[in-house]
Amino acid sequence: MSGAKEIRSKIKSVQNTQKITKAMEMVAASKMRRAQERMRASRPYAEKMRSVLSHLAQAHCEYKHPYLQDREDVKRVGYIVISTDRGLCGGLNTNMFKAAVSEMADWQAKGVEIDLCTIGKKAGVFFSRFSGNIVARAEGLGDQPSNEHLIGTVKVMLDAYDNGEIDRLFLVSNLFVNTMTQSPNVLQLIPATGEVDKELDHHWDYMYEPDTKPIIDALMMRFIESQVYQGVVENVACEMSARMIAMKSATDNASDLIKELQTVYNKARQAAITQEISEIVAGAAAV
Amino acid sequence: MAMTMHVNIVSAENEIYSGTVTQVFAPAEMGEVGIMPRHAPMLSTLKAGEVRVVPQDGEEQSFFVSGGILEIQPHIVTILSDTAMRASDIDEAAAQEAKARAEAAMKDKASDMDYAKAKAELLEAVAQIETLRKLRKKK
Repeated sequence: MSGAKEIRSKIKSVQNTQKITKAMEMVAASKMRRAQERMRASRPYAEKMRSVLSHLAQAHCEYKHPYLQDREDVKRVGYIVISTDRGLCGGLNTNMFKAAVSEMADWQAKGVEIDLCTIGKKAGVFFSRFSGNIVARAEGLGDQPSNEHLIGTVKVMLDAYDNGEIDRLFLVSNLFVNTMTQSPNVLQLIPATGEVDKELDHHWDYMYEPDTKPIIDALMMRFIESQVYQGVVENVACEMSARMIAMKSATDNASDLIKELQTVYNKARQAAITQEISEIVAGAAAV
Repeated sequence: MAMTMHVNIVSAENEIYSGTVTQVFAPAEMGEVGIMPRHAPMLSTLKAGEVRVVPQDGEEQSFFVSGGILEIQPHIVTILSDTAMRASDIDEAAAQEAKARAEAAMKDKASDMDYAKAKAELLEAVAQIETLRKLRKKK
């Protein structure tokens, strides 16, 4: 019986793998629901923040916050890259890195240097191998990221901007479209620009209470934080969906593989039996 | 037609209120402000306290915010709250406890940093209790 035993052990190992992928799929599915809820819940805040900011960018106020000013001479740019901590989530991270790298290549072609801030283990590992100057790293945020974990890393980048070390800041993350689709997205954080609201296209300014500067400073801080936080929360939702899909297709593949191996195994078993019978018949005939 | 404006109250965790109203009251940094439609554009920081909205049709509703930012456009009011919850959600006991904790922390001020934090906590707890009291009076 040639190879029957090997085939059987192979089937067994594929079955074991299938059990694991099936379990991971179910875990990801249940985490996904919670992650999506969290993402939806915090979306309005990030959106409203963006619209207030675009209003502010259109206002003609006497104090221009540095985050709203466009620096013309760009020597160095900063990127905040948000990735997952764990793998086995299909092409989620790879697609995003590709988008980030092609974006960075454009800057490098212009002779602009790049500083990186990575959130998530995968981005840290990828960019430390790939050329890139990592100035800050955050890892192990878990499924329920909290703002406190992010503030430190983001502050590194903001300080760099304040000190004139970088002239622009971008946020690279995955955008959650639906469970099947996630798309990498690059957002310019600083200088902050919003879509122009046509209704406000006249000369006007806010009244500020108590004073212009503290309000705008507080608003800018919150804006950056909320955008990064939203990026991270969205990334968790993306990760869980991508993992669920990846694990589902892995489980399906394993089923196909098992079916094929089973056929091969049956054929081998039948061939062995046929051979045995013909040997017995031949032996009986000889007597 | 009655004049109305759109109000959005959002916090980092979720959307609290969104709707058409005739009047909004908010605890701005310089004192409570009442906002009617066609208010001049204004930006202000918020203190911990109660935000009240008077919907176009329906009863007045109140929410608790523990600070944040208020943006006013003639027909849109946006409140970006640090945390906002429905005023009736506040647990009085929890608020009292937080107040006691903050006061205790203030007594043995280990450092300026702790002191500032404790003071902020205390203000928040006091504002929560205040909101509750107002709610109770109404009932």
